[in-house]
This record gives sequence, structure tokens and C-alpha cells, in this order.
Amino acid sequence: MFDFLEGYDVLGAFWTTVQLTVLSALGSLVWGTLLAGMRVSPVPLMRGFGTAYVNIVRNIPLTVIIVFSSLGLADIFGVTLGASDDFELQGFRLAALSLVAYTAAFVCEALRSGINTVSLGQAEAARAIGLSFSQTLRLIVLPQAFRSVIAPLANVLIALTKNTTVAAAIGVAEAATLMKEMIENEAQTVLIGAVFAFGFVVLTLPTGLLLGWLGKRLAVKR
Amino acid sequence: MTSVLYDAPGPRAKRRNVIFSVVFFVLLALLLWWIWQTMDDKGQLTASLWEPFTTAQAWTTYLLPGLGNTLKAAALAMVIALPLGAVFGIARLSDHRWVRGSAGAVVEFFRAIPVLLLMLFANEFYVRSTGLSSEERPLYAVVTGLVLYNASVLAEIVRAGILALPKGQTEAAYAVGLRKGQTMASILLPQAVTAMLPAIVSQLVVIVKDTALGGVMLAFPELLNSRSTLAANYANVIPSFLVVAAIFIVLNFALTSFASWLEGRLRRGKKSTGAVLHADDATIAGTAATGGGGGGI
Repeated sequence: MFDFLEGYDVLGAFWTTVQLTVLSALGSLVWGTLLAGMRVSPVPLMRGFGTAYVNIVRNIPLTVIIVFSSLGLADIFGVTLGASDDFELQGFRLAALSLVAYTAAFVCEALRSGINTVSLGQAEAARAIGLSFSQTLRLIVLPQAFRSVIAPLANVLIALTKNTTVAAAIGVAEAATLMKEMIENEAQTVLIGAVFAFGFVVLTLPTGLLLGWLGKRLAVKR
Repeated sequence: MTSVLYDAPGPRAKRRNVIFSVVFFVLLALLLWWIWQTMDDKGQLTASLWEPFTTAQAWTTYLLPGLGNTLKAAALAMVIALPLGAVFGIARLSDHRWVRGSAGAVVEFFRAIPVLLLMLFANEFYVRSTGLSSEERPLYAVVTGLVLYNASVLAEIVRAGILALPKGQTEAAYAVGLRKGQTMASILLPQAVTAMLPAIVSQLVVIVKDTALGGVMLAFPELLNSRSTLAANYANVIPSFLVVAAIFIVLNFALTSFASWLEGRLRRGKKSTGAVLHADDATIAGTAATGGGGGGI
């Protein structure tokens, strides 16, 4: 029944999907946290930059960003992220960069809503004992904010996992690329669809369950 | 200064803020200058590359038809997905376990799968089992993919909206002798829809953005796709990307602003129950524990 799988590296394609997801997740967590820090900082210019970045990037389709990274950044600006001779690797890295740039905006918004859930007294107490803005943010507010936004961040992570399929637009050899190739060549459209759907359910469902459980456990009880 | 994270700045903090501003400004300026310089080096600032956008032809031949297709697909997907989502959202709240269970399974399934896979699958399905012409097929495939995904997201929004209503509404409806169906149709749903409006408008942004997938993967002639035809004609890759991105930003920013204006208005109105769903509430309230979708492309 599953003969059609022979000759295709389905697991390999999903492995690329996982790698792309993990790499972009880490990158967007870092960049998103920095953006959130800028958006609440006392320096107006940084606040403005953070706001502008989030509003602009959130409203551009990820597809446009990824296609631009290939046609614009790589072909015209010559940004190849150190992989100019290896087209496959270049596509992978550009896709990861685009995913980081895009997802960070959502991470930033999630974190900012988390910062708002930290009670006023915490920040006031931190100021009262003489902590500076960056100390307040790093030591008092962000640790609590992170714990309260695990569930929203899990949603961002799940969306990111699904968004990695957009990398197919620039030919990165991940799950969607392989599925497109397979349904064009093989007769069992429905079965192939089911296999790939199952793959994504396996990737996203445990993530949601695990992080949902973790979020409940770690939430700061107030 | 409205933030509680920092005090109103004293003389030292003021000085420090100025220094930070200057350093950040310099970094930002360097970045912009580098971008400008590279564009200049690669000849992307030549007037001839930008000129097409001042002529009517580039707009009427490429960009406006593309934008039209984008909006058409988004509107179709929304109009079909909304009632479907309402049905599944209500089914998930059914008293019968098999209705609740199967609706839940369908919703969770389609939320867990990337839209792109749904579109690719729908496209291939139409190739094999229908006689759709190859001009019509991409639109059908894009709309099918968008409907399947967004109906399940909207189902969650509807469910969260109904659950957010106070219990007294249902109890009062039963007390005056309404049946289950009547309670849902004339008491709960109208209130829930009002509360959900901002979330629904926000979902439109996701749909508009997702149409771009059809342009790259299925040759659906939407905005991103017409960009490549335009760039092939005028050889202006970077300018065409910038213009298309700007159109998307303006369009989606207008939708986002409309959603938050609506939300503010509904919150102030407070004629009904005062429960207003923000775009993210549904995914958080709905199925944070069971995973599934959220976000979207």
C-alpha cells in the first residue's frame, strides 16, 4: 500500500523541516526578545524602531519575504550567508533568516503582552531598590513575562513549524517541496497527502501539548 | 513617561538616553547608508527601474489585476470559511459526544496542517478529478486551501466567543422557554459574533497574506505573481519587491487598524456583555492545551 514511498526520502525532508524550525525558533527568540526590549525601553528612537519593525514585518506575507531573500538579497545584493557555492545550503540559510525576521515580530508581540501581565508592584519594587531599566527588565520583569507567555509562544512555534513549508517557494528540500514532487509523479494523491499531513500532526501536536502543560506548570501564580 | 519600568529621567538618565539615542541613530543610519550604497552599486536606484511605477501601464497591466485577484481569493475564502467555521464551532459545543468529538477532530486536523500542503493537495485533486481549466484551477485550489484552514481557525474563534458569554444568557433563554437551537441562533450567536468581529477582521489579514503562497507555488496570478511578470518586463527586481511589499503593508495595516478600532468601539459600547475577543484570544483561550494552530502565515 505504501510502495510509493520507495525512492523518496520522506524522513530526510522532514528532518530538514525540523532543522529549519529549531534554528529559526532559536534565532527569532533572541531577536524577538531584543525587539521587545526596544519596544519598552526609555529611548524613544528604539521604541519607534521596534514599533515600526513589528508593524511592517507582520503585514508582509512571509512568502514575499522568502522569495525576496532569494531573488533580491542573494541574486542582486549578493548576500549568500557564506554559502555562495552551495545553492542548497544557501536556500536553507536564507529561508532560516527570513523565518527569523518574520517570526521575531510575533515573538516580540507575545512577549510584550507578557510584560503587561507582570504586576505593577514588581517593577515599582525593582525601581524602589534602585535597579536600572535594564536590570529591572532582565532580572525582574522578563523572567516572569516569559513564564506567562509560554502558551502564546507555543502557538508561535507551531505556526513557525507550519511556516517552514513556505521555504518550498525557493526550493529548499523540506517536506512541502517533496510532497509537491511526489503528488506530481505518483498516483496516490490522497495517501501522499495523508502521509505528509500525519507528519505535521506528529510535529505540532506534541509541541502544543508539552508547552501547554509546561506553561500551566510554570505560570506565576498570582 | 508612562512606563512603570523606568522613572522619569533625572539629569544623568537624560544624558544616558541621549547617548543611547545617538548611538542607535548612528547604527541605524549606517545600516540604511549601507543598503542605499549597495543598491546604488548594483544600479538599483537608476530612475529607469522606478519609472514604470509612475506610468499607468505598470499598474493597470500588472499590479492592479494582481491585487484584484489577491482580494478576490481572500474575499471568497472569507465568505465560505465564515459559515463553515460557525457550524464547526457550534458543533464543537454540542451536547452529543459524537458530534463534539468528530467536529473537534476535523478542526484540530486542519489547524495542524500547513496551508501550503492543503493548497498543493487541492490543486492536484482538481487536476485529477475535475475538468477545471488550468486558468481557473489555481483560484479554486487557493480558495480551497484557505477555506479548510481558516474555517477551522474561525471555528475556534466562534467557540471561544460563545464560551466567553456569561452563563446567565443561556439560563435566561432556557427560562423563557427557548429550545437549544433557538437559544444558539437568537441569543448566543448574535452576541458572540459582535464580540468576535475584531478577531474575524484580523483573520482577514492572515488570509490576504496566505494568498501569496498560491502565487509562487500554483501560478495563481495574484500580487506577488504579477510582480515577477512585471520584473521580467522591466528588469526591476528590487523596486518591484518594494512596491508590492508596500501595497501589502498598506492593505493589511488598514485591516489591522480597522480591527482595533472596532475592538475599541465594541469595548466602549458595552451594550451586550462586554466580552470582546482580540485576535490572539481564541488561540490562547481555545486550545493552548491541545496545540493546533495560531499565528498563521
